[in-house]
Amino acid sequence: MSIPLSWFIILATLLFGIGAFGVLVRRNVLVMFMCVELMLNAANLALVAFARSLNDVGGETTVFFVLVVAAAEVVVGLGIVVAIFRRRHSAVADELSEMGG
Amino acid sequence: MTSLLATVAIPDLLVFLLGALLCLVGAVSILTVKNPVHAALSLVMTLFGIAVLFIELQADFLAAVQIIVYAGAIVVLFLFVIMFLGVDREEDLAVEPIVGQRPLAAVLITALMASIVALGLVGHFEVGPATQTGMLHGGAGNVADLGRSVFTTYLFAFEATAGLLIIAVVGAVVLARRNNPDDHVAESQVEELA
Repeated sequence: MSIPLSWFIILATLLFGIGAFGVLVRRNVLVMFMCVELMLNAANLALVAFARSLNDVGGETTVFFVLVVAAAEVVVGLGIVVAIFRRRHSAVADELSEMGG
Repeated sequence: MTSLLATVAIPDLLVFLLGALLCLVGAVSILTVKNPVHAALSLVMTLFGIAVLFIELQADFLAAVQIIVYAGAIVVLFLFVIMFLGVDREEDLAVEPIVGQRPLAAVLITALMASIVALGLVGHFEVGPATQTGMLHGGAGNVADLGRSVFTTYLFAFEATAGLLIIAVVGAVVLARRNNPDDHVAESQVEELA
């Protein structure tokens, strides 16, 4: 018998939690971005596990589209990081505070 | 626990444990390493672990795409930007910009994960009709299932992603373009606004 669904869901939960923690505590915008990718991958893992468990190809199709959207998101996000770095010469999120009071 | 272990085949268990270990070690080291380049390499480790788990779930095509798109393209893009900007130096992890930020984040994330696990324990995943988009066969038939689904049910979404990728590429070029030196007027206006 194959691995139970719940093991994959617990692993995906752990990965999502680690990614969310990283977004909250890391200061380098590039590392925060990597943690967002980690969260996306945790969701992908859960989707594929559910697709296998429910015997429905819809979950795997969703993962396919998530991969495409993630690629587009990374391209635009890194473009924004480059544009910010040109202006501020810093990749630390805390130093981008001129909107604050 | 022993009864659970008895129901799982040993090769499946080994592949799952290997994939899970790769994922978790990579994910934790993204959090703990100081150098962004090392974080990107840890991300490759996690993505590879996810691909191993996809193979364990018989999603062969997605495992290959995971390696090619994520580990191949996205992480290389990350490394390119890190080295292009020259931020590949050590970061002081001891700095805590908001007092109590880390314990608070840990509490919040633990509550989040506990609520997900609790939902899984009390909920019962009963869905309506078994499938809207088609059955999923194991092994090599899997790619055919995925292809049939993408090019029939989700054809419009598939075409829309083509547009999305074009828009993303054009947007990235516009964002990352170096400003024209003759373009003083626009630059000074932005400076005034800033």
